[in-house]
Amino acid sequence: MRSAVIVFPGSNCDRDMAEALRLVTGRAPDMVWHRESALPDRVDLVAIPGGFSYGDYLRSGAMAAQSPVMRAVREAAERGVPVLGVCNGFQVLTEAHLLPGALMRNAGISFVCRDVPLRVENSQSIFTSRYEAGEEIVIPVAHHDGNYQADAETLDRLEGEGRIVFRYTGECNGSARDIAGIVNEAGNVLGMMPHPERAVEDAHGRTDGRRLFEGLMEAVSQPA
Amino acid sequence: MKTRVYVTLKNGVLDPQGKAIHHALEGLGFAGVNDVRAGKLIELDLEPGVPDEQVEEMCRKLLANTVIENFRIERAEAAA
Repeated sequence: MRSAVIVFPGSNCDRDMAEALRLVTGRAPDMVWHRESALPDRVDLVAIPGGFSYGDYLRSGAMAAQSPVMRAVREAAERGVPVLGVCNGFQVLTEAHLLPGALMRNAGISFVCRDVPLRVENSQSIFTSRYEAGEEIVIPVAHHDGNYQADAETLDRLEGEGRIVFRYTGECNGSARDIAGIVNEAGNVLGMMPHPERAVEDAHGRTDGRRLFEGLMEAVSQPA
Repeated sequence: MKTRVYVTLKNGVLDPQGKAIHHALEGLGFAGVNDVRAGKLIELDLEPGVPDEQVEEMCRKLLANTVIENFRIERAEAAA
C-alpha cells in the first residue's frame, strides 16, 4: 500500500502518522510538502496529520486548505482515493469543504489532551471495517479546536446516512451530537479529532487505533 | 484604500471565547453586561477600483468560514 503524508509548516504529528503507516503497511509513506502541486503516482491513501498548520492563523486549517497540495488532494478524493484527516487534518478537510461543518474552540475553552472513549458508530466504512458496530474503543485526543458544529439539517443528514463514524461516549469538547469523526458522502474521506496513529503499538499503552490502518490496507488491496 | 472586514460568529453559534470574556468582566466587578461575542477585524489596503464583489469573494473564500461566521464589509469613502 502506497501512502502519502501531507506536511504543512506547523504540522507536528506527521512523523507519528508516517511511523504508524510504516508499521502497519510495511512501507514508509511519501512525505509531501504543502508547496507540491501533485501527489505521488498511484497513491492508495492520503493522510493529513495533526498539528498547527500555519500557526492556526485566521482559523485552524484555513490557510492549509488553500495551499497548492490541497488541490491535488481534492482531485484524489474526487477519484475515490481514501483521505484520512486527523485533528488538524480534520480541520483542514472542513476548511477545504471536503467535509461539512466546522471545528470551533472547545466549549470548555481549555486544550483537551487525554485518552477518550469513543463508540464506533459505523463499521461499514473503509476506515472501520476491522471494528464492530457499537464497539467502544479508547483513542487519545489533543486539541483546542475540536468542537464540531454544523446546522441541524447537516447533522440530521450525517446521522441518517450513517456518516458519523466515531462518537465520544462522554463530554469532550462540546461537539454537536458528540461527533468525533465523520465521512464524506462517498465514504472515502474521513475526518476525526482523536489520534489513531498514537495508539498503534504496545509502547503507546493502547493499540485501538491500529485496526483503522489495518482495515484501510485491506480495503485498498481489494480490487474495486 | 482601506477596507475593513468584520467577521462575527453567527447568531446561535456558541462562542466560548465570548463567554470567557463575559465571566472575566463579571469577575472584575463590571455589572450590567448581558452577553459578550468576540469576532475579528481584518483591515485590507486595496488598490482603488477593486470592486465590492471581489471583496465579498475574498470573505467567502478565505476571510470568513460561512458555516459558522458572518462577515460585514466597510469600505472607506474615497478621499475627497
